[in-house]
Amino acid sequence: MFQLASLLAALYVFWILMSGFFTPFLLAAGFGSALFVAWLGHRMELVDREGHPFHLTWAAVTYWPWLAKEIMKSALEVSRIILDPRLPVSPTVVRFKPRQKSAVGLVTHANSITLTPGTLSVEVGPDGFTVHALTAEGAAATSASEMDRRVERFEGSA
Amino acid sequence: MNVALEAVSWALVWSGSAFCVIGALGLMRLRGFYPRTHAASVIDSAGAGLMLAGLMLQSGWTLVSAKLAIIGLLIFFTSPTATHALANAALARGLSPDPAGEDTPSKR
Repeated sequence: MFQLASLLAALYVFWILMSGFFTPFLLAAGFGSALFVAWLGHRMELVDREGHPFHLTWAAVTYWPWLAKEIMKSALEVSRIILDPRLPVSPTVVRFKPRQKSAVGLVTHANSITLTPGTLSVEVGPDGFTVHALTAEGAAATSASEMDRRVERFEGSA
Repeated sequence: MNVALEAVSWALVWSGSAFCVIGALGLMRLRGFYPRTHAASVIDSAGAGLMLAGLMLQSGWTLVSAKLAIIGLLIFFTSPTATHALANAALARGLSPDPAGEDTPSKR
C-alpha cells in the first residue's frame, strides 16, 4: 500500500514538473492520470520493490555524489590519454567476481563500471563480470575496488 | 544572476563541451570497437553531465531546471545500459575483446 501511495505521489510530481500549468482543472486531470497509471501498474503487478525501488532513495543519494566524482576523475584520465600524441593505450580484459548478491546490486555495479570512462562491463552475471579497460592500470583497479565495497553497502540498505 | 554563479555555469558548459570534442577526437584516434566505446563514454558521462549541470545553473530554481535534471537521470540510467548492450552484443557476435584480436571479427 505504501509502495502504491509513493508511486502515485512520484507520478503526480512528475506530471506537475512536466506540465507547469497550475489551473485547478489541469491539476485535477493530472491527478486523475497519475491515479490511472498507478492503478494500471498495480493491475499489471509492476508495483513491487523492483518496479518502484523507493527504499533505495537514501542509498542512491549518498552513492551518486561519490560516483560523479569517480566519473570526473576517469574522464580526465581518458581525455589525457586521447590527447597524448603517443596514445598510450593498453586495452585489457579482466574477469572478477563481484561481492554483490542481489540483482539491483549487480546492475548498479555493472552500470557504474560502464558509466566511468575507461572501463566497460562486457559480460555481467552473479558469478563474474567481464570488464574491458582502456589501460592495464584501469583493468587492475576494477576487481575488489572501492566501487565494489560501496555498491555492496548500497545493496545492503536495500 | 550574480557574476560568480554565471562564471561557474559557463565553466561547466565549456568543460562539458570540451569533453564532447575530446570524446569525438578519441572516436577518430582510437582503433578497434572496444577502445572507441571508451571514447564515447567520455561524451555521454562527463560531457552531457557537465553541460546539463551548467544549464541548470543558468535556469535557476525553475521548472526548466527540473526538466534538465530529469533528462540527466534518463541519460544516467539509459546510457550505461545501452553501452553494455552494445558491447555484450559485439562479444556474443564473436568480436574478441582481447587486444590481439582487435579490428578482426573472428569467424565462427
